[in-house]
Amino acid sequence: MTDYSALDFSELVALSGDEVVTHSFVRDVPLSGSRTLALVTLDNGRDHTRPNTLGPVTLLEFAATLDGLAERAARGEIHGVAVTGKPFILAAGADLGKVSEIPSLATGKLLGQLGHHALGKLSTLGVPSFVFINGLALGGGLEIALNADYRTVDASVAAVALPEVSLGLIPGWGGSYLLPNLIGIENALTVIISNPLKNRVLKATDTVELGIADVLFGSAAFLEHSIAWADGVIAGTTTVARPNKPGKIERLVKWDAAIGIARRMLESRIGTVALSPYIALDLLKAAKSGTLEEGFEREDDSLAALIAGDQLQASIYAFNLVQKRAKRPAGAPDKKLARPITKVGVIGAGLMASQFALLFVRRLQVPVVITDLDQARVDKGVAYIHGEIATLQSKGRITADEGNRLRALVTGTTDKSNFSDADWVIEAVFEELGVKQDVFAEIENYVSPEAILATNTSSLSVEKIGAKLAHPERLVGFHFFNPVAVMPLIEVVNTPQTNETTLSTAMVIAGKLRKNAVITRDTPGFVVNRILAKLLGEAMHAVDTGTPFEVVDGAIAPFGLPMTPFELLELVGLKVGAHVLDTHHAAFPDRFFESDNLHKLAEHGKILERDAKGKVTGFDKTAKKIVAGGTTPMTGEEILRRIEDGLADEIKRMLDDGVVHAAEDIDLCVILGAGWPFQMGGATPYLDRVGASERVFGGTFHTPMIRGVASEVPVTL
Amino acid sequence: MADRAEVVFVDGVRTPFGRAGEKGMYWNTRADDLVVKAMIGLLERNPKVPGERIDEVAIAATTQSGDQGLTLGRTAALLAGLPKSVPGYAIDRMCAGAMTAVTTVGAAIGFGAYDLAIAGGVEHMGRHPMGSGVDPNPRFLSERLVSEDALNMGATAERIHDRFPEYTKDRSDRYALHSQQKVAAAYAAGKIQPDLVSVAIRSEQGWGLATRDEAPRPETTLEGLSALKTPFRPFGRITAGNASGLNDGASACLLASGAAAKELGLTVKMKLVSFAFAGVEPEVMGLGPVPSTEKALRKAGLSITDIGLFELNEAFAVQVISFLDHFGIDDDDPRVNEYGGAIAIGHPLASSGVRLMNQLAHQFAEHPEVRYGLTAMCIGLGQGGTVIWENPHFNRKAK
Repeated sequence: MTDYSALDFSELVALSGDEVVTHSFVRDVPLSGSRTLALVTLDNGRDHTRPNTLGPVTLLEFAATLDGLAERAARGEIHGVAVTGKPFILAAGADLGKVSEIPSLATGKLLGQLGHHALGKLSTLGVPSFVFINGLALGGGLEIALNADYRTVDASVAAVALPEVSLGLIPGWGGSYLLPNLIGIENALTVIISNPLKNRVLKATDTVELGIADVLFGSAAFLEHSIAWADGVIAGTTTVARPNKPGKIERLVKWDAAIGIARRMLESRIGTVALSPYIALDLLKAAKSGTLEEGFEREDDSLAALIAGDQLQASIYAFNLVQKRAKRPAGAPDKKLARPITKVGVIGAGLMASQFALLFVRRLQVPVVITDLDQARVDKGVAYIHGEIATLQSKGRITADEGNRLRALVTGTTDKSNFSDADWVIEAVFEELGVKQDVFAEIENYVSPEAILATNTSSLSVEKIGAKLAHPERLVGFHFFNPVAVMPLIEVVNTPQTNETTLSTAMVIAGKLRKNAVITRDTPGFVVNRILAKLLGEAMHAVDTGTPFEVVDGAIAPFGLPMTPFELLELVGLKVGAHVLDTHHAAFPDRFFESDNLHKLAEHGKILERDAKGKVTGFDKTAKKIVAGGTTPMTGEEILRRIEDGLADEIKRMLDDGVVHAAEDIDLCVILGAGWPFQMGGATPYLDRVGASERVFGGTFHTPMIRGVASEVPVTL
Repeated sequence: MADRAEVVFVDGVRTPFGRAGEKGMYWNTRADDLVVKAMIGLLERNPKVPGERIDEVAIAATTQSGDQGLTLGRTAALLAGLPKSVPGYAIDRMCAGAMTAVTTVGAAIGFGAYDLAIAGGVEHMGRHPMGSGVDPNPRFLSERLVSEDALNMGATAERIHDRFPEYTKDRSDRYALHSQQKVAAAYAAGKIQPDLVSVAIRSEQGWGLATRDEAPRPETTLEGLSALKTPFRPFGRITAGNASGLNDGASACLLASGAAAKELGLTVKMKLVSFAFAGVEPEVMGLGPVPSTEKALRKAGLSITDIGLFELNEAFAVQVISFLDHFGIDDDDPRVNEYGGAIAIGHPLASSGVRLMNQLAHQFAEHPEVRYGLTAMCIGLGQGGTVIWENPHFNRKAK
């Protein structure tokens, strides 16, 4: 077994020179019967916007603190140890800032071992240990609690979670062993595997129901109640039940079956490219038997391999894009330039327009007026919006008063003069240049010269849409992704005429809609559609040349995308898909394929064969017949190479052309707008690491490449 | 017409009192949190009381601003988790804030308007030093409405020494020493701790727990006291040792009509007999409890000899001595402040009134031979307040 106390962690300490250290402060608290509780507070000295994190210096200080307390316990000076955090925060997990600088597999392994070294001491103090989960407890933060004997939780904690697998990690400081042995395998699978994939976190009540926390207390006197409860446990007057702790039968009968079910769920949900969820699954399976020490060692090995691999590095890159770059969009003008929006006009009353209206009224809480060609369409749109508001109300998402407020704010009209005092007008009419040009030209007769005009076009030139405007400087592209309420990205299209006020307003409004906005130039397909058109065009081209659908699917599988090209085509609609390919082919005829077959498939209506529940079971027989006839089928390798190189080429061109500011923005767009996985880092880290960038333009998007050290040293998982 | 009702003191608690200032244990604790924690402790001790039955929450504070402002009774009720249907308000009579909260809601219960009410007070003198933000009307001085000493409590206490030369500094110091000793003995005997609600406190060294008063100095000696500086005038008599300190703390109690207490099966600790407030010259404000007590006794139809236990706030030793002297009671009479007083425990202004009541209630249970007790205190700008209580444990045959 590993003797953690004999390991030399100085290499990690040397790497973390600028660590914001979370200190372990200790104060004695008197308990009943003249007993004493040593209360450890984790506090990095910053406010709640800079949560406690657990870096090497932090962990060594924590370990030394616990060593001191173990000595005091042995002398009979203290009768229990409790750990809690600073206000609102227990700890937000491992400090991952330096993971990209870890120079070797062995150093990576030390990171896991240091966590076990420090946190593991909570179970060997000689007196009962408690963690009072007073606030945010993520990853390693929650693992502190899992290593203790008992846990209380504050009713108002913002989030408790083990999100590691979504980041290309595994719970590696005891979580993968301790959690299933505390709350049962099925609950542990939910927390460690399912929830991270859905970006779901636990609330305080969930932690008690699952059996993670033993008891919940209100936040008004959380610490006082937790101390009193610990007093009772130490005194023996409070007994703690652990109904979810797995027994013999669960281990014999349920455990492996639950793992099997989870594995199949994972395979169908995310495919088999992402490594960490499957490694976590293996760890959970192994946690069924054996000792804690063995569990810790398995975690050490797994963590080391993941840290050395490419996926974790790409995931951390992607995480930082989503968490940081998305919040400070590149090229965004000063927010102070933005015009206040007190009324919104929506041109169109169809489904898309109605979804816009709903989103704007919910988030901006200003009057929203919708218009269309006739009263019947308008009424239908308003009725739809009112229905959606009623649904929100029935789900308890908004109160009756809020429902009334929102309903009163939404009106419909065929009289465009009602737009005269709107500050922001967005159109969602038919995707045809002439139609959009006329719509805006007409509305300009009614609105003020400063009112911002926004178009949701996905394929037309925003500048051309504004060709008939007297004031084209107030026009901006504002491209949503479907479904509007769910997808977090808006491409804000900045034309040569768009002025700073307009651009700033668009960025501020996107933020108020709680969307992440990326500024793009007014080039065909902007970012997401151009990249998807490349991918889908290549996929259809392969089909058109005679490659079976199955081979195309298999060829792209190494990406680990959330859905196959044909599923994606069906999702956006085959007609829309064919149109997207056409427009890109028209714009870049030498690089983008159009596909007659796709038009035929659109006429037919489907590509995939599905069962009654809508699950894909194969390819539609007629669809296969429609595309039959190609004479030069490609192999999977050829297709993969074409797509990788094609994407590297297209993205390089986009960057050279200044479509966005940097490769990071491309990656952010495909992550948020197309759901491309963290393990790819979006697109460019993947294209670098498979050599596509080198092959296509003799360089890389990132220098150094976003890779693990294992790219130099072979690692077996 | 509402039915007139008997008014009973069901239970009272307080936080441990801390020393005010950066080094004090509550420096990082909000004032409103202090009183909210006292209220939560009170409600948890009385689980038979349905929150929605509480008709009023009156919380006192002298400086009502910042974390000690915003209509404390209402905000504290919300923060303590009482139903939104429970109303509340803030109250101020400086040192007698909590006492006034008790008499005001008590009077409303007596009138029949309320069945159950919470009264309490808080003063975070570290975050809200005495006199912070005040803007006295210049007429006070230009028209000599009050003497210059009136706004400085230490100076008013020196004025009592002036008025009664027989109250020497040594006599004050002896009284103060006795107070420290009585508090130490009461702590040792576990008389004070039962009514304390522990408070989690944050410090540079992490979280801790306040479980005891921070101010008492059991090591106090007469020699030590005699050597202390007299900050209010050179060669004066008032020192930090024979006066209450600057403190942070909160208190809360539950009052009920006799009928509501019976209906809910609540134990009655004290019954309200009468109360009175009275004014004196502001520059000798410490004399205030004399006329207020005479008035309260008159209203109750009692004489001072009917009172078996006294809980007097010790703003200054000399001010308590003046009260005892007036009523012919010895400085060390065992009926007076059996568990010691504010000189040792501290005096977070608007919270102290309920501390006096908690201690009297505790003594009532131990003294069934006593029928009546009183709580009294002096109040800045020349006032006194007195509440007379009857002991429900009274037994003619006892001792």
